[in-house]
Parts: sequence; structure tokens; C-alpha cells
Amino acid sequence: MTETLIPMIGVITDIRLDTPDVKTFRVVGRDGKKCFSHLPGQCAMLSVPGIGEAMFSITSSPTNKDYMEFSIKKCGCLTDWLHAMEVGQEILIRGPYGNHFPVESELKQKNLLFIAGGIGLAPLRSVINYCRDNRNDYGVLDIVYGSRSKDDLVDYREILEEWTADERTRVHLTIDRPQDGWDGHVGFVPDFVRELAFDTDKTVLLCGPPIMIKFTLQKLLEMGFAKTQIYTTMELRMKCGVGKCGRCNIGSKYVCKDGPVFRFDELDELPDEY
Amino acid sequence: MQITKTIKKLVSEGKADRVFGWKKGELGFDTEPALFTEDFDSVVYNSLCGANLCKYMINETKKDGTVLLLLKPCDSRGLQLLTKEHRVRREKIYALGVPCRGKIDVDKISDKGIKGMIDIQENGDTLTVVTLYGEQTVPRQDVLYEKCLSCVGKEHVGCDEVLSPELSEDTTVNDRFAGVTALEEKNPEARFAFWRSQLSKCIRCNACRNVCPACSCVKCIFDNPSSGMDSKANADDFEENLYHIIRSFHVCGRCTDCGECSRVCPEKIPLHLLNRKYIKDIHKLYGDGDEAALLTFTKDDAEPSVVYERGEGHA
Amino acid sequence: MRKLSSDRMSELFERLDSLCPLYLPGEKDGAVSFVRYEQGVDYAVGALNTVRSAKDFFFPQVENIAAFRMTGKKIEILENQNGNEPFVVFGVRACDAASFSLLDQVFLSEPVDPYYRDRREAGTVITVACGEPDTSCFCTAFGIDPAEPKGDISVWLTDGFLYWQPRTDKGENLTENLTDILEECDGGEIKSYQDTIKTIANQLPLANLNLSYWENTDEKEIFASPVWDEIYKGCLGCGLCTFVCPTCQCYDVRDFDCGETVRKFRCWDSCMYSDFTRMAHGNPRKTQKERFRQRFMHKLKYFPENNGGLVSCVGCGRCVRSCPQGLNIVKTARRVSDD
Repeated sequence: MTETLIPMIGVITDIRLDTPDVKTFRVVGRDGKKCFSHLPGQCAMLSVPGIGEAMFSITSSPTNKDYMEFSIKKCGCLTDWLHAMEVGQEILIRGPYGNHFPVESELKQKNLLFIAGGIGLAPLRSVINYCRDNRNDYGVLDIVYGSRSKDDLVDYREILEEWTADERTRVHLTIDRPQDGWDGHVGFVPDFVRELAFDTDKTVLLCGPPIMIKFTLQKLLEMGFAKTQIYTTMELRMKCGVGKCGRCNIGSKYVCKDGPVFRFDELDELPDEY
Repeated sequence: MQITKTIKKLVSEGKADRVFGWKKGELGFDTEPALFTEDFDSVVYNSLCGANLCKYMINETKKDGTVLLLLKPCDSRGLQLLTKEHRVRREKIYALGVPCRGKIDVDKISDKGIKGMIDIQENGDTLTVVTLYGEQTVPRQDVLYEKCLSCVGKEHVGCDEVLSPELSEDTTVNDRFAGVTALEEKNPEARFAFWRSQLSKCIRCNACRNVCPACSCVKCIFDNPSSGMDSKANADDFEENLYHIIRSFHVCGRCTDCGECSRVCPEKIPLHLLNRKYIKDIHKLYGDGDEAALLTFTKDDAEPSVVYERGEGHA
Repeated sequence: MRKLSSDRMSELFERLDSLCPLYLPGEKDGAVSFVRYEQGVDYAVGALNTVRSAKDFFFPQVENIAAFRMTGKKIEILENQNGNEPFVVFGVRACDAASFSLLDQVFLSEPVDPYYRDRREAGTVITVACGEPDTSCFCTAFGIDPAEPKGDISVWLTDGFLYWQPRTDKGENLTENLTDILEECDGGEIKSYQDTIKTIANQLPLANLNLSYWENTDEKEIFASPVWDEIYKGCLGCGLCTFVCPTCQCYDVRDFDCGETVRKFRCWDSCMYSDFTRMAHGNPRKTQKERFRQRFMHKLKYFPENNGGLVSCVGCGRCVRSCPQGLNIVKTARRVSDD
């Protein structure tokens, strides 16, 4: 296998405004087919010539054989450009890169607890939908999702309409501050997780801003979860995607190649530089 | 050593709580810039202390306390510039001038075909170079840095104290502007070819910029993605030219001629000649006063048309 | 083994260059680098190492990967990597030759980097033993023998002769074309020359670099060493050491706007630069301390962990000679291990 760093052309076939600063883009190849197959948690490099290239997690589930989706928060040069784009625009795409959540091994038949903050839902959505599409392979799915406000909850409609429809899937939403028209939980994710008092018979998939991860991990450990039960997905600056350009390492591990999915006991072995 | 004594005295008097100086390097005869908070006996000052330490003060004076800074005469001009441009907190520095009789360029010793150096001993104007292949003697003057052969002067400026100024020695052998004059005498094509050839060696390591006391922008345009100018490689064969031309224009009128740019260049590009050309021109057009010529206006200033007049002379 | 009288070296260079483009160390405006051979170019026989390493041949500072043209919503991909013509590099030192094996670990491991691979296949490396190792050399600390350099062909330049030993098929094939000027000889003739090299190499001040602390200590423990808080202080944050280093292989992939098209190119990058790991929302390596630490942790700890114990340094001494502020890998390795 070789890596030429030369992307293929993807076409944006749909753009959905999920929150004031998050859009979900649907991408297919020029032939109308899915660009490549992937596994839950894997990433792809998206670029626009002359603007930039960056790694994004693939938000759609591998079980979707028709297209890929990327939920992208507007926060820099490239993402500004992507947000200004219209349907029909071509972009460049290469991948898939990185490892994936062990959906066919460690996670199988387990009760799963997904904990996401803000745009951190993007990589988990792929796993959640994968599990829903292979429902009999997994136990109870608990999804804790928090955001700054009601409007900042990504994929809110999908969550309400589809995820809650399954009785063995429980969705727990929270927002940081009280808001008109919100009768759900108010408070930060780490505390909410503690309040929900989950049994430790679950495997946890945790993703969100670094500070939320830090405090949620702390709470989970207090609740009796072991680090070997908790997975997360990391994000560092990347250029090549194949562990050669040398910038996304945490100690001796490359996030693009050895990650982005790590178990916390694995991260514990590495220097604290992320 | 007198420097050590002075340092200890100044620290004990509370004039400073730490020292930025040089210490012995890994090869035994080389030196490296270092910060000392104790063990002042390991401060080294000798003919191999070529590095100008003033730019470290940008970060150092953001911290608490006062730092005692060792400065050669040319370095002191750098500190003066950084002070004038408010890049350092001058009150957090105790500037101690140290004498200078020119610094040794180890590369020049190597260029003489001398390999395996393990020690350099100074005896007046002669160096004894001890190598694994035997001893050799070299006239000291032959192996001084280019910057020392056309030194801006042995007077310290703006120091709080100058140690043994009588030990400084003028090592200038060249007219300071001889290199510039030689280039001016070439025709434009030859001059262009000279710079194209020299600058094509550039590897864009940024050492010249990072060491330069006049390059003190918080965010250099060449590092700033929003500038549209950021680059870390020469994507086409004029980019390194552009980099050096822009950089030299930016330090024009501010360059202290400390020669660090040429000292640090791994490819031995005589970058100081670019800066020195501006200095020569500024002296000629605006006089050699202390004022930053390009930041000050007087009615006697050269008119922009001088460009055309001078250009014609060179056509 | 074969040999040639030293005064016929230019004849050899002419012959090599007639077979395929020949590069060798030559002086350009006061600095020695690998230059394309042509009549009038003198082989810098006395220079031990070029300013830039020989990695340029396989991993050039800048290389174009593709170009794109954008028209409305459409993008067109114009690939513009050219095929690689065979070439010969003469005068590579043992250290640089060893660096190729380290670069191979990165670029030829899965997924293979096709640009590097093609250049490796196209290039024939002729190494030259180091007659006079210099103060800054410490290749022997990594088991590299300056008297017995690797490569496709090894060469020894003694007082009167050039000795020539092919080591690979590529080297044998090249030698086939030169049998008329390279006469066969007994290898015993270079023995005393090699012995002298070894004697000097063992006395070099940095050759006793001992990395057992780095081998035997946990990466988190080395990472947390208080030495890092001090040792970086002289570092200017320039990329000099990285760019002259034969084993530094980090790269950036960037776009260059050519007006009508956008060119995607790959270029060397430096972990010493502040933007190396900067992201839209922050930078995990905020100060020069973290960047400085990364460079040496990578070479001395992370790389060995990922590559069967191989240290990413070949002791060429370029950082020792070139760092404007006298910092280098030996100093760092020793101070961190309190050696």
C-alpha cells in the first residue's frame, strides 16, 4: 500500500445547518458513490486548494453505504470556507485514516455509555448509528450529550426522532445554562454523568473539549469505572494522516495512525502533551 | 576570573538575581548561552563567546526579578535598540559590559583544513589549536568572525557598568564598508547574479531572523498564516530572495550591524552586506546621527527622486 | 575490490556522469553542498560533511505533489510528480549513508511513501570513508564505522589511490561499466588506512556518548525531567538543526497559489517552529521548551520505541557544528541523563 497524499474529488450533495456554528456536509465521489469505506471513529482529510487541509472525523456510520457525512464546526480558515460553500461544490478528500472504536471486538455485546460535549458528538455519532444498525450486537445504549445551549446541540432532530425511538437506547441531554423552551436537564456534562449514577457494567466512549474530558474522566473514576473501560478520541494537528509527517504524536504514538481512538489506560502510558 | 568576582558581588548586592552569560560547551572549547541562578563559577567569558545574548532579554524580562546580562560592545547596541523599541523591560536588566578583542570563528579554523580540534589556546595574537592529529598554530586575526574584522566599535553603549574596557582591542582590518563598496562597483547584472547565487543557498532555517535583535516582531509576517506570506520553504526559486530582501528592508535603519545574521548562517551567506548597504546609504543620505533615519523627518531629508538619480548612475 | 590512481579521479567522475547524472560534494560560495558534477567542478575532497545532509536526494526540501485548478464549483487535479531518472551520488559519508536506513523506516513502512521510494530506487549511493574524522563526529556511538561506510559502493581515498568496493546489485551493475578504468586489487591495501581512522574515531570527544539511560528509562519519566526547564533556554527556535539533520523527516504539506492553479507541495518542517502543532483552538506545545523537548524525545526515545530500538541520530555532528548557540543532541542526551 502507498500513500501519495493526492486526494480524490468529492462533491457536496447536501448541507445541513445543525447549530449556529456547525454544519453537516454530505459528500460523495464524482460518480455519485461513497468515496471509500471506513470504520466508526476513523477520519478523513478534507481540503480546498489554496485554503487548507485538515482532518475531520467521519460522522456518518459505516453502515451508510451511500455517502459520508462530516459535522464541522466553524473555527478557522478552512472551516470558514467550508461553511460558506454551496451544494454542488467540489472539495478534496483522502482517507480513511486512523484506527477505530473496537465495535467488532471489545464493544460487542456490551452496554455502552456514550458521553459527548458540543462538537464531540461528531465522532460518536458514527458509532452510535453503527450500533443502532447492528442493534442485536450491543446491549443498552446510554447517550449523555451536553452543549452550551439548546441551539448548540448537534443533530438534535436525529436524536429526538430516531435515537429515542428504540427502547434499549436512552438519551440524556443537558445544556449549560437554563433557557426558555428547555425543560430538560441543565448543568455541565461531568456533573450530569455523576447524577445519572450509571452502573459500571458499561464501556464508555467519551468525546468533547479537553476540559470536559478531563472532568468527566475524573467523575467516572470516582463512580468506579476503570480506565480500561473508557475510550476517547483525540485531535491534534495533522498533515499526512499516515504517521510520517511527525506532528500529531503524543509521546511515541501518532494520533493519525495509532489513534485517534485511545483507551485511557493507553493514554496513561504516554506523556501528558495533548 | 574578574567577571565571576564582579557577578558574585553584583548579585550579593542585590543588583540582579540571575545571570545571562555563557558556559562551557560540550566540546570543551566551545561555549553556549546560558542562564545562571547559582553556580556563577561556571560562567565563562572568552574568545569563543561570539553569540549576542541581548535578544534573550525579550523573554527574560517578562519574568520577575532582575537579570545581569553580559554584553560585548556590539551586543550592547542590540540591547539599546531593544530598549528603544520597548521590546525589553530595561529596568529588569543590569547590563554589564565585558571587553572584547574579537571572537574566534571555529569554522574558519576548520576551513584551514584543521580537523579534530580538542582545544584552542590563546597566546596573544597566536592561537595554538590542539587536535587529534597534532598541534597547529594559527594567527588569531585570521580566524576572527567577519563581524569582528569590520567591527562597529569597541565602545559599549547604555551599560550600567563596563568591566575593564582597556582590555578591548580594535580588531578591524577592513574598512567597514569595503564589502559593500566592492558590490557597488559591480554592474547590476553581476550584483544580481551575486545575490541570486548566495541566496539560493538559503535553507529557510530562520536562524538569521531569530537571532537578530532588530527582528523582534511578536509574530513575523513569514510565520503568520493570515499574512498570505507565511512560508517555511522556498516554494519557488525567488522566495528565499524575497524573504531576505523583505527582512533586510524591515531592519533597515534599525540594524545595529552586530553581524549575528552572518555568524549564524549555516550556508555562510554574507547577509550583513545587505544590511550594511542600507547603513552606508543612510549615513550618506541622512547623516550618521543616532536618530532612526527612516522614522524621523527633517526638511533636509533626501527626496524620493534620489532613487532615480542614483539608479541612473548605476545603469 | 578495485582501485584507480588518485590522479585519474576526474576521469572516473566523467565516466559516471556519462552513465547518469552525478552529484558530489563541491564548494559553492563558501559552503560545501552536493552539486551536479560538470567539468570544472572540484570534488571537495577535504570537506568531511556537506552543510545540508544527503537526505535531500531522497527527501528533498521541497517537492511538488500535485496541482489543482478550480473553476466555479469544479476542481481539476493535475498530477505533476515526474518520473525519477537514475542518478549517482558520490562522496556520501558513513553517517549519511546510515541515515538512509533510518529514513527508510519511516518512508518505506506501510503505507509506503511513493516519492521517497522512487528516488531510493533511482539513486546509487557511493560512500567515501572518512580519512580524518572531525571533532564533532560521533557516528561510532551508533555502531557506524567511518572506515567501512555502507552504501551501494564504498570508496576509500588513500594517498595515491581510490579503492572501490561494490556492496549491492546496484553497485555491481554500475561497476560493470567501469571495469576498464577500475583495476582489480587486493582489499588488504586499505587495512592500515582503516586502522588509522578507527584509532582517531575512538578518541573523538563525543564518541563516548552513552544512551543507556535513554534506553532504559520510561518515556514519561524522561519527559518529566527538570533538565528540560533549563536546557532549552539558549534555543533560538530556528529550524537550523532540523534542516541540516540527516534524520529529521518531519514535513509539511502546503499549497502555493500560482494564480491559475494551486500547487500542492511537500516541504521540510521543523518541530522547533511555533506553528508546527498549532491548531485553530490551541497548541499542545506552547513554549520553546516543549518544542525543544519534542525534537530530542523523538530522536532518542519515541523513534527507538517505534523502530526496534534504532536511535534517530547518526552522529554526523551537523547540529554540533551548526547550532548558532552551541546546543546539540549530545549535550541534550548527556544532560538529561545526568551523564
